[in-house]
Amino acid sequence: MQPVMPDLGPVFPETVLTVLALVLLLADLVIKRKETIGLLSIISVTAVAYLLAGSLGTTFGGMFISDGYSIFFKLIFILNVILTVLISVKYIQIEKIDYGEYYSLILFATLGMMLMASAGDLIILYLGLELMALSTYVLAGFMRRDVKSNEAAMKYFLLGAFASAFLLYGTSLIYGLTGTTDLKAISSYIAGHGLAGNPVLMLSLIMFAVAFSFKIAAAPFHMWAPDVYEGAPTSITAFMSVGPKAAGFAVLGRVFLTAFGSVRTEWVLILIPVAILTMGVGNIVALSQTNIKRMLAYSSIAHAGYALLGIISGTADGLSSVMLYMFAYAFMNMGAFAVIIMLRSEGFRGDNINDYEGLAKTHPVPAVLMTIFMFSLTGIPTTVGFMGKFYVFMSAVEAGYMWVVIIAVIFSAISAYFYLRIIMYMWMREPKEAVELTTSPAIGLALLITATAVIGFGILPSSILTFARLAITGF
Amino acid sequence: MNYYLLIPFLPLAAFIINILFGRSVLKENAHWVSILAVAGSWVVAVATLMDVISGKTLNQNLYTWIVSGSFKVSVGFLIDQLTAVMLIVVTTCSTLIHIYSVGYMHGDKGYYRFFSYLSLFTFCMLMLVMANNFLQLYFGWEGVGLCSYFLIGYYFDKKSASDAGKKAFIVNRFGDFGFGLGIIMIFITFGTVYYEPVFNQAGSFAANTVNFLGYDVNLITLIALLLFCGSIGKSAQLPLHVWLPDAMEGPTPVSALIHAATMVTAGVFLVARCNAIFSLSETALMVVALTGAITSLFAATIGLVQNDLKRIIAYSTISQLGYMFLACGVGGYTAGVFHLYTHAFFKALLFLCAGSVMHAMGGELDIQKMGGLKKYMPVTYGTMFLASLSIAGVPGLAGFFSKDEILWLAYSGPSPVGKLVWLIGTVVAFLTAFYSFRLIFLTFHGKFRGTHEQEHHLHESPKTMTITLMLLCIGAVSAGWVGIPALIGDAVGLENWISEFMRPVLGHPEGHGTHAEEWMVMAISIAAGFAGIGLAYFLYLRRTDIPARLSEQFSWVHRILFNKYYVDELYSLILIRPTIWSAKNILIGITDAKVIEAIVNGVPNAIGSFSRQLRKVQTGLLQHYAMIMATGVLIIVALMLLR
Repeated sequence: MQPVMPDLGPVFPETVLTVLALVLLLADLVIKRKETIGLLSIISVTAVAYLLAGSLGTTFGGMFISDGYSIFFKLIFILNVILTVLISVKYIQIEKIDYGEYYSLILFATLGMMLMASAGDLIILYLGLELMALSTYVLAGFMRRDVKSNEAAMKYFLLGAFASAFLLYGTSLIYGLTGTTDLKAISSYIAGHGLAGNPVLMLSLIMFAVAFSFKIAAAPFHMWAPDVYEGAPTSITAFMSVGPKAAGFAVLGRVFLTAFGSVRTEWVLILIPVAILTMGVGNIVALSQTNIKRMLAYSSIAHAGYALLGIISGTADGLSSVMLYMFAYAFMNMGAFAVIIMLRSEGFRGDNINDYEGLAKTHPVPAVLMTIFMFSLTGIPTTVGFMGKFYVFMSAVEAGYMWVVIIAVIFSAISAYFYLRIIMYMWMREPKEAVELTTSPAIGLALLITATAVIGFGILPSSILTFARLAITGF
Repeated sequence: MNYYLLIPFLPLAAFIINILFGRSVLKENAHWVSILAVAGSWVVAVATLMDVISGKTLNQNLYTWIVSGSFKVSVGFLIDQLTAVMLIVVTTCSTLIHIYSVGYMHGDKGYYRFFSYLSLFTFCMLMLVMANNFLQLYFGWEGVGLCSYFLIGYYFDKKSASDAGKKAFIVNRFGDFGFGLGIIMIFITFGTVYYEPVFNQAGSFAANTVNFLGYDVNLITLIALLLFCGSIGKSAQLPLHVWLPDAMEGPTPVSALIHAATMVTAGVFLVARCNAIFSLSETALMVVALTGAITSLFAATIGLVQNDLKRIIAYSTISQLGYMFLACGVGGYTAGVFHLYTHAFFKALLFLCAGSVMHAMGGELDIQKMGGLKKYMPVTYGTMFLASLSIAGVPGLAGFFSKDEILWLAYSGPSPVGKLVWLIGTVVAFLTAFYSFRLIFLTFHGKFRGTHEQEHHLHESPKTMTITLMLLCIGAVSAGWVGIPALIGDAVGLENWISEFMRPVLGHPEGHGTHAEEWMVMAISIAAGFAGIGLAYFLYLRRTDIPARLSEQFSWVHRILFNKYYVDELYSLILIRPTIWSAKNILIGITDAKVIEAIVNGVPNAIGSFSRQLRKVQTGLLQHYAMIMATGVLIIVALMLLR
């Protein structure tokens, strides 16, 4: 058989990113100012974003799909890179970890996420997932002289391996059952052979659910998140809380709605308890946190729980609401982490909730911004966080899961306590000690982007919602 | 005509600039931003009016915030004849009062705060009148209420002021609750909250009934009355009028702008805007007419005996608002809006004059301690005198034309209660003239009755204030000339322009009566006005001993009126005290301590301790984490198998 050259068009942005990431790794040797590498990595992903528009198509025999859905998520990943780099520049100097490979690893992790979003085959999915995971393990342990950072990396790695095993186990079960790893072929095989209720299919569904739940930090597979979030460099925590989570949702949506769409009634039974448990654990444990990074780790768990409702509803509206949610979450969480990073300075960790006491008196502008982000995370109207929650809840109500939404709203109300506590500390307490802020133009830009987006998309959500809805036509 | 967007958004921009930079950068220049913005709005509003006059109207959705099924939350603008008139009223009064405030608020420590609230208020008010759907109307409605709360309690370190702010807010809750229900009913009935489809379809629901608390009620009547609840609260009608007199605790420009010219008239605007709904229900119209008539009489009688300068004008406002509702209730929406428009000028002027007097008197408000001020402050005296002539309905001035039209429509219109409300309206015209001139004579004529120190201090107000007074005075005199009744107009070749102008939106009921009757109604109302002025002249300038004797002779009447029919006391007795008592004894004592406390503290405590327990699961030990994951998997497998 004559070997046919596959169409490289759809995979072109990823190819470019691979090359650029490798170039940056080498450039580290000649470039002394590491900010330059940061800048170059922003330029690289911007170029990739530009290429995305022309990449629509399917290639490698359906293994790689570049469609509206994947492009939407890829834009979130790219946004994630830009914001992460912006908040990193100064921070990694303070932590004395300003090495060039920091940026390359971020790009490689992003490459993994992009592969995940485009995976039309379980093998590609696994490949992307591992590329992302391995890069983030290293990034989590990037502060190599810091015990906590090392511990975070180690835990993340071992538990991640554990989760990967589930994914592989699920993949092999489904391969054994259907004889394929292609998502569309799996779907038609299940429908064609009436496999609903098949115990092997059940088992593999559970395996997939577990593996993806691990990535999005859904309970009870979230245990790694608080420790890793706390130990990792704060900029990486921000990166991890947005990117891999969005990537997890991208594959969750694609695998469960494409391959297992016909057995939705089965996997909903797995995801609903997981979602409720996730919202419960995330919100309730967040209440008693004293470290803001840990608090946001639990908050991030809780948000995964809300977003799961969109997958559970299984409709087009549900899926687009999850996309909107991830988009919203990227901005508000990044913004919150940017403020946290500003509090970190030489000899001052600034990640304790008490450190925020009276911040409004000493530094009103960051306090106002933090207030906006906390409101958004709570889901107060006119912020993008409200929009995300509103549409996710709405889709679940329309799909007939009113009772789950009621539980979600109750947990959402509970969550107001720990978000608003930060606001209360900032505005209603007297400052105890003078907090020095570490500012830089880059972080200022990151805050400007995030705050503008949080308010802007909160007031004018229709553009992004329309984009998300358009993106999944023909999904 | 997209430039109309500037009308609301210029004041919004001014608010944002002032609130962000007012304290640190602008300081005593804060007024510039606000004045320029609102003056810009005025210019655009005039241009918009011109467009509307030339026949252009507009109903446009700007953007949609949330869509959920058939429910849409969006911002849209409707610019028609009614909106155009309201825009002129709001921006003109707002601009002039902004300018006046420069002098009045000079040196106040919250200068920038005052102007930013004023801008925010203007924005909300404009959003209210420009809305093309009920939700945005509601947004503006609550927005002006919020600003009103801020501004009444502007001197928040004064307890009476912050109490008055709270009172206004809480009393309005009662009305707005009904208003909110009304909007919900509209959505349930029509499936939309946009004016156009609602008003177009209202007719087809006219015969529908709905079960309300066990009674079959006409659907449209119920909607109209629920909406009117909002009007009652916002426009301070019986029985929710109690907040407006207390709202006088706010700075005087605020009383003029919010509590005379604009916000309080929103209720009238609402009824006029929803005329398609109200006109379908005779019951609702009757309720509107009677509420208006009774309120206007009630407030006018209280106004007779009060001594607080601003409160007299406040009661006068309540009374005149009643007049507007009276007009709407007999189907004369145009007349109601016409009176709203003329009233805005002369009432704002009266308040600003009162502010000017307070300025001279060092904050003194008791008219019994004034007197003879006319020689110290001629501009204030002259303008206030003209404003009072206008409100008394002296022919040729603004108030005359609108009042006459209302009375004639009441008399001749088809309303079953028309003759009754006409009679009440005429009596009120007499009372209005009387108390307005009682105020003038006691304040500006006779001998000064205050302290020497005050007398020494008397002076005319600064230019920014007096010029504003004169400008508003032009309005108070001439605003009515756009609505010259056909009776006179035909003779001199002028048409009743404003009625014709508003006909497409508000319709225009023709009175059924002869010319002779129309002359009679007019003559009676003029006579009532002059009689009121004459009696005030007689009692307070000629025979100054009589008022005291009268109040002794009829001391019980005087006492009832002076104590405002004891409404506040009544509410205190039946509402506030039981509420506070039950709050203290039942809520705090039992419910709060035993139930709520248990829930409010107990649940978080439980959650908190649960949280701390749960947190212990997070041991930090990898093996435990893997164990929990594995357990989770097993539980899910078990769940799926045991299903």
